Amino acid sequence: MNSVKEEIEKSGSKMSSKTSQKIMNVVFVFSGILTLLILIVIIGYIVIKGLPSLNLNFLLSNPIDSGKSGGIFPMIISSLYVTAIAVVIATPLAVGAAIYISEYSSKGKIVDIVRFGAQILASIPSIIFGLFGLQFFVISLNLGYSVLSGGLVLAIMALPTIFQVAEVTLSSVPSLYKEGSYGLGATKWQTVVGVILPAAIPGIITGVILGLTRAISEAAAVMFCVGSAITTPIFITDPGRPLPLHLYVLATEGVSMQNAFGTAAVLVVIVLAITFITNYLVNRYQEKMMGER
Amino acid sequence: MTNSTEETGIKSILLITALFSIFVIFLIMAFIFVEGWPAFADYGFFKFLLGLKWDPNNNIFGVFPMIVGSLYVTFFALLLAVPLSLLCAIFMAEVAPNNIRKFLKPVIETLAGIPSVVYGFFGLMVIVPRVRTTFGGTGFSIFASGIILAIMILPTIISVSQDSLKAVPNSYREASYGLGATNWQTIRKIIFPAALPGIVTGIILGMGRAIGETLAVIMVAGNVSQIPSSIFAPVRTLTSNIALEMGYATGLHYNALFATGVILFIVIMILLLITNYVQRKYKMDVGGGTL
Repeated sequence: MNSVKEEIEKSGSKMSSKTSQKIMNVVFVFSGILTLLILIVIIGYIVIKGLPSLNLNFLLSNPIDSGKSGGIFPMIISSLYVTAIAVVIATPLAVGAAIYISEYSSKGKIVDIVRFGAQILASIPSIIFGLFGLQFFVISLNLGYSVLSGGLVLAIMALPTIFQVAEVTLSSVPSLYKEGSYGLGATKWQTVVGVILPAAIPGIITGVILGLTRAISEAAAVMFCVGSAITTPIFITDPGRPLPLHLYVLATEGVSMQNAFGTAAVLVVIVLAITFITNYLVNRYQEKMMGER
Repeated sequence: MTNSTEETGIKSILLITALFSIFVIFLIMAFIFVEGWPAFADYGFFKFLLGLKWDPNNNIFGVFPMIVGSLYVTFFALLLAVPLSLLCAIFMAEVAPNNIRKFLKPVIETLAGIPSVVYGFFGLMVIVPRVRTTFGGTGFSIFASGIILAIMILPTIISVSQDSLKAVPNSYREASYGLGATNWQTIRKIIFPAALPGIVTGIILGMGRAIGETLAVIMVAGNVSQIPSSIFAPVRTLTSNIALEMGYATGLHYNALFATGVILFIVIMILLLITNYVQRKYKMDVGGGTL
């Protein structure tokens, strides 16, 4: 702590510590405002430019002339398909893993390995998932270019996100709850199903929503798996083209910037809505938990 | 079924779900490495890694320009993102009053949630034309990619740094204030050094995100496979190389693209091991931080 004192004396000779504090306060506030501005400019630009396209007709009609005009209905359905497949497959696996780690084996090698595995899976670049999806799901498992192949790739990508949030939530369930349940003669599994999971549901839902956001925003991982067809997928074995991929194709191939803006605006609105709903749920849950104590 | 056999059954099912991700990682590695192997074995590892020319039509596969390209855009992105995100993290953790903190948190989360393609599209429509009119050239450049990547990694660095700043014990702050230090002196001399390992982790995680980003970069980088002459020159990254050509690649070209993926995978693993080493060495627990 001596160095602090010296520093105070030293800085006093160069510039009064009050002046440097004032300067830094301005710099800090500026950095916060700049971050906020970046978000406002990007969202504002996309939404304002995309607003003219955002009508029911755009959302509910098929693209005409590979997307030059017309709507994005098949892309919305494709996005729903791949995201739903991803969440339905990833959630039980992720929650099961989280239950194992937090309730059945809280220490030891397996825990470290599983956590590190989730970290690796969360860190692999999406384009590598794309390569894997093409070689494994499309070619080796012969699932073809389909929303199923795309959804399975996204399931792997959403898995670590859901696991990490679920694990934190499960391990924060007060041990008093568990002891109460054991005291009544319940088995471990009965305690998990009857006591721990219900208490952790809001957190697990948050994790699922975060995984869902990752899946719905992804384009690089699915671009070689879904076939990029602009027809509406009916069965999960049909090809499709999710919204982010559609935006990428429209923009890079210069098909239609107006429709690209419309698609981007739809994506931004979806992500904003999901973020607001999650925040609302988390806040409400926290208030409820505080109220109980 | 008795209770105990039921319990063992459930326990083994849960264990399988827990080990599933490990299984998938090995599967991914196996498929990427097996498909990429011919490019290393038949074409030559060093010829592939250090070759200066990428010309699939003539079976010439040198990824060195792409490695340089990935490094350039990543470091330029870090140069822009690190100062801003550290200031913002300190502002949120140490300076801002509670209500502003509560307001900025969803702002950061939303920045993290915007799809990367949307960032790329914004770069294509707004940043690239600005670069073109201000600095000349096509506008598709390291400069434009760096700006877009910087925005994309802001939330990663901010949230991890903020967590590690918050984890510095309050007694440090109190002791420093007790000696008459100002808020800024306390941050600079006490809190920042104590939180440094976490901040470094955040920066490495941001770096990994920048290296791994694909489509947003393709939309603004110009994608010419050459060693760039300036930061306003077009550039192609490792990720872009895969995404641009995978659609029509066959034969050795196909293998060379998987081999590009292998290099990318190894780079990301090295970064991940570094962050784990830092975390272990300083016994930190950083929440919400992944590449």
